Amino acid sequence: MHAVTSQHEPPPAQLRRNLFASMALIRAFETRVAELYRDGDIPGFVHTSLGQEAVAAGVGLALRDEDYLATTHRGHGHCLAKGVDVDGMMGELFARVTGLCRGTGGSMHIADPSHGVIGANAIVGASLPLAVGAGLSSKLLHQDRVAVAFFGEGAVNQGSFHESVNLAAIWDLPVIFVCENNIYAEFTDSRAMTRVPCVADRAAAYGIEAHTLDGNDADVVYAATAAAAERCRAGEGPILLEAETYRWHGHYEGDAQPYKPDDESLAWRDRDPLTIAEARLVHDDTATAEELAAVRADAGARVDAAVEAARAADVPAHEEAFQHVFSR
Amino acid sequence: MSSVAEPQTTTRYIDALAQGMRTAMQEDERVVLLGIDVGAGGGIFTVTRGLHEEFGSERVIDTPISEMGYVGAGVGAAMTGLRPIVEIMFMDFVGVCLDPILNQAAKLGYMTAGALQIPIVFRTQTGAGRSAGAQHSQSLEAWFAHVPGLKVVMPATVTDAHDLLVAAVRDPNPVVFIENRRLYGMRGQAGEDPLPLGQARVARSGDEVTVVTWGQSLRECLSAADESSASLEVIDLRSLVPLDMETVIASVRRTGRLLVVHEAVQDFGAGGEIAARVADELFDELRTPVRRIGTPSVPMPFSPELERTLLPGAAAIAAAGEALLAEG
Repeated sequence: MHAVTSQHEPPPAQLRRNLFASMALIRAFETRVAELYRDGDIPGFVHTSLGQEAVAAGVGLALRDEDYLATTHRGHGHCLAKGVDVDGMMGELFARVTGLCRGTGGSMHIADPSHGVIGANAIVGASLPLAVGAGLSSKLLHQDRVAVAFFGEGAVNQGSFHESVNLAAIWDLPVIFVCENNIYAEFTDSRAMTRVPCVADRAAAYGIEAHTLDGNDADVVYAATAAAAERCRAGEGPILLEAETYRWHGHYEGDAQPYKPDDESLAWRDRDPLTIAEARLVHDDTATAEELAAVRADAGARVDAAVEAARAADVPAHEEAFQHVFSR
Repeated sequence: MSSVAEPQTTTRYIDALAQGMRTAMQEDERVVLLGIDVGAGGGIFTVTRGLHEEFGSERVIDTPISEMGYVGAGVGAAMTGLRPIVEIMFMDFVGVCLDPILNQAAKLGYMTAGALQIPIVFRTQTGAGRSAGAQHSQSLEAWFAHVPGLKVVMPATVTDAHDLLVAAVRDPNPVVFIENRRLYGMRGQAGEDPLPLGQARVARSGDEVTVVTWGQSLRECLSAADESSASLEVIDLRSLVPLDMETVIASVRRTGRLLVVHEAVQDFGAGGEIAARVADELFDELRTPVRRIGTPSVPMPFSPELERTLLPGAAAIAAAGEALLAEG
């Protein structure tokens, strides 16, 4: 086993409340999306990040609005934590004209460059080279912007992981590679797919720094990301963060998950990132249980409003299919 | 130094390409060049020689042999403010970096309803006829023309080597720019007046058979026009996407006969698409069936003798023109 590092100072009180609020929004959004998908209200494929909220919130809140973020098919939480509009996201999931991509993208392709989100991506491992390119732009255009690539541990056996980390390393790019290690690569236990199950151990092969984090502790993820971003802005090159976490639901909504042992699922449910944050906030008098319950209720109401707005919105007209194939 | 400074009025195709990149880099400082050996080494065909000295290593960037990484990074950089020219040394190598072109560059502008623009040029070269073997000889332009969202350009003349390259960099879309290394030493008029992409050129006027071609095959078609007893009108398409069918249709309407010639293998090639479009529009005006000449569907053999017999040459093109005339 490797050591889980969390050597940074905990974030200040207001930030910790914000981290909780961000996680509560993601939880409410993903819970509702899972129901809507089950009921046939959302077309296509949906991959939720329930159980992984602390990684999204910790990374998202440690970044500046203009920092770049490239993410995965399981990217709703990352986008929400980066400040992407809830109505725009829900509209996109419903494939309405109010969606961020006007119904051309869908759940796996949420993008909002106005918040630095250069896109969720349905190709495993595709976020990494794109983030490297964003880091290259930031460096060459002297912009002081950091680029984050989210990916799962299933992506680290793709060639794009190797090529991207190496490129960012040799060019000293401001890129934070964030691996959400949720143990399962689609249906397969990823520990059986490599002799090096600790993703952070791979960083040595590229000469870069890496840390393995408790990915269910938003405070830890926030502090590590903030420190990594500072390093990147100082021109010290890329860093790899491995956040250990667990995917509560299946690879996609509807996956019955026969491949997961029950005791494992139950043990991870006991490490609910919201519960962990809640207990600590209440324990050190940063918030009361009632206040936190209200935060959760507000998040639920926000998501409900987004669902109603999406239901009421128009579907795209036929002609819209022919727009934006090329830019003018 | 630039060949433009030399007293002679003609320049080589290869120097026109370098001049095209120089022009593009001078007129827009966001233009950067990425590729294997493109820097101080000047490229394995010397296309980029001198650019590193002129623009420095921040704009002429050597990459590892890591096509998926740096082509993908180029796409990410194009989304975030740079205008990269990314070199893929041989067109055959797209096999290891297809995802950034096929799934990222071609689609993300569309899938974000235009929120992302991807102004990138994928510069590559092909060219059978020098015993390079089956992994270094393929003309794969039809692959890319088949993917919505990519422009596909194949300069056949020295003038166009410069002008189309500058136009490709100015275009706000991903452009696959395909040179032919057998043209690198060809001399011609230096270009200086780029037109927008998508305008075919009547390279030789004639009135009995329309011959549509692009890239290296133009030379063979012009030789055929010299040799043939039939009067051939030779059209250089310049780009497959956008495809200037207006020029083709206008010509075939006069001649009533069409021959399409390309170096790429004939089966499922772009010639089939052009033949179908002409048949759709001019079925009643065609005096003969449309004919195609491409390379037979075999991996290109190493043997110079075999290779010579497979590639479409002037004699076969001239004979095909005469046969069409005899048919009707």
